Amino acid sequence: MTGLTDLGLIAIRDGVAKGEFTAVEVAQAFNAAVAEAQEALNAFIVTTPEAALAAAEKVDATRAAGKELGKLAGVPIGMKDLFATKGVQTSAASKILEGFTPQYESTVSQKLWDAGAGMLGKLNLDQFAMGSSNESSAFGPAISPWRRKGDTAALTAGGSSGGSSAAVAARLCPAATGTDTGGSIRQPAAFTGISGIKPTYGRCSRWGIVAFASSLDQAGPMAHDVADCALMLEAMAGFDPKDATSLDMPVPDWSALLNADLKGKKVGIPREYRIEGLNADVAKAWDDGIAWLKDAGAEVVDISLPHSKYALATYYIIAPAEASSNLARYDGVRYGLRDLPDGANLQDMYAATRAAGFGAEVKRRILIGTYVLSAGFYDAYYTQAQKVRTLISRDFEEAFRQCDVILAPTAPTPAFALGEKSNPLDLYLGDVFSVPASLAGLPAMSVPAGLSSDGLPLGLQIIGRPFDEQGVLNAGLAIEQRAQFSAKPEKWW
Amino acid sequence: MSVDTATVARIASLARIKVSEGELEAMVPELNGILNWVEQLGEVNVEGVEPMTAVIPNTLRLRADVVNADPLTGGGIRDAVLANAPAAEHGFFGVPKVIE
Repeated sequence: MTGLTDLGLIAIRDGVAKGEFTAVEVAQAFNAAVAEAQEALNAFIVTTPEAALAAAEKVDATRAAGKELGKLAGVPIGMKDLFATKGVQTSAASKILEGFTPQYESTVSQKLWDAGAGMLGKLNLDQFAMGSSNESSAFGPAISPWRRKGDTAALTAGGSSGGSSAAVAARLCPAATGTDTGGSIRQPAAFTGISGIKPTYGRCSRWGIVAFASSLDQAGPMAHDVADCALMLEAMAGFDPKDATSLDMPVPDWSALLNADLKGKKVGIPREYRIEGLNADVAKAWDDGIAWLKDAGAEVVDISLPHSKYALATYYIIAPAEASSNLARYDGVRYGLRDLPDGANLQDMYAATRAAGFGAEVKRRILIGTYVLSAGFYDAYYTQAQKVRTLISRDFEEAFRQCDVILAPTAPTPAFALGEKSNPLDLYLGDVFSVPASLAGLPAMSVPAGLSSDGLPLGLQIIGRPFDEQGVLNAGLAIEQRAQFSAKPEKWW
Repeated sequence: MSVDTATVARIASLARIKVSEGELEAMVPELNGILNWVEQLGEVNVEGVEPMTAVIPNTLRLRADVVNADPLTGGGIRDAVLANAPAAEHGFFGVPKVIE
């Protein structure tokens, strides 16, 4: 039943509900696809075919008994290896957490299982979600199923949710979870021709997600299309008393309320995002997006986000500062790796464990974070960055007086080759369009817009007001219907 | 502001990360590259601007003052807490000798 793996999340859910195929057949088809691609794409850190089958058997039994099926009944998904999964290794793609087997389930993953989804495995990512190319994974990078026209160079699937994007784009799973701190859902989605949404900060519980930068981290779905994202987000979102920043608000029926008619809506085009030397293919996709939204009935307005150019520097102070604090917990005492050299005392053990267990990028960020938080430098770096963050957030507030959603590219270029960006700063600059919405906690999504001149997917980003995921999804749908993006990577694995 | 080898060594020690001499040498220019770049924030006029404390306004909640109000985050789960410890002994986390 190879055709099953081409189906999206809603098509699978509906097919199982109608009895066109069983959940077990679906799980078997995806388990086979996962196993076949693992060596070439390295999308998973751990595969869990038996968990996918067990969940599917339960769904088939529920259906046979004539009982009500969950929102995602019979849909096998991939779980980013940043979500704690009871009894299944949760490594954050690091050596320091290799072998860590949570005794509990994260809130978001539990909600997905409660909705009837099953787990195909734990997906690769940048180590502790720090990176934009998946190259900081301690288990080697996930490889994009996409290749440039006439070229076999291995390309990045983006990051940090690169295992998620590679797996969904290669049809190894119909949908996957991602997390987004500065663009980690949107950029990988853009690089691989899929959709992904980061909801408003606080929509999805962070409980049980390995922490990177707590004031920025948000979970969200990555899937084939906007409707699949909307439905999966409904299952993931919701108030959780175990997360102090969780939003105590009802979860709207985003998927039922989807509406691509944008009459009366205003779309803002931020002039500061028209950066000098913007990639021509990306600029063209952006112009196409503007035309599509006009065609959907929206009015397009020019807006200004004057502090945009400071967003990256702000982010690369705040995120490492929070990371240096969050990652202090990896000490070789409570879980994970311990390196205890002969004759070492407790302090030596901490330092040796962290030296052996963290990769180069994680160490770099911990050191930057420690420095900007240290006595004498705190105000100049950290407090200054938090003030600029206030200004960036105000820019958006001002802009949303003139428009309902903002349209911009997701990333400044299409996917690049692995190893192409060896300087950390070069990688950081790729987050230029995704970081501002993260700093302001706004909902933002990436949808496929077309292909670059060398045949690689390009994404368009829609940013919305706080809590207005519906407006973001609706504009995303309007683009999706007009972009008619149907390209798929040619199967070479 | 730029950092030198001694400063990076001090930060690494504060962060409890052991670094070799060779690693230190490599890190100094890398960290300076990043720090020099983030210094552009100094040119932003932030007079009268409050630092961001929460992106989405939210009130801090209090839970009922009840032991084990939530069994998942409550007490009485010693074995689960110790299950991943590299050296659990006698129901405790084991560490190298701290007191001589």
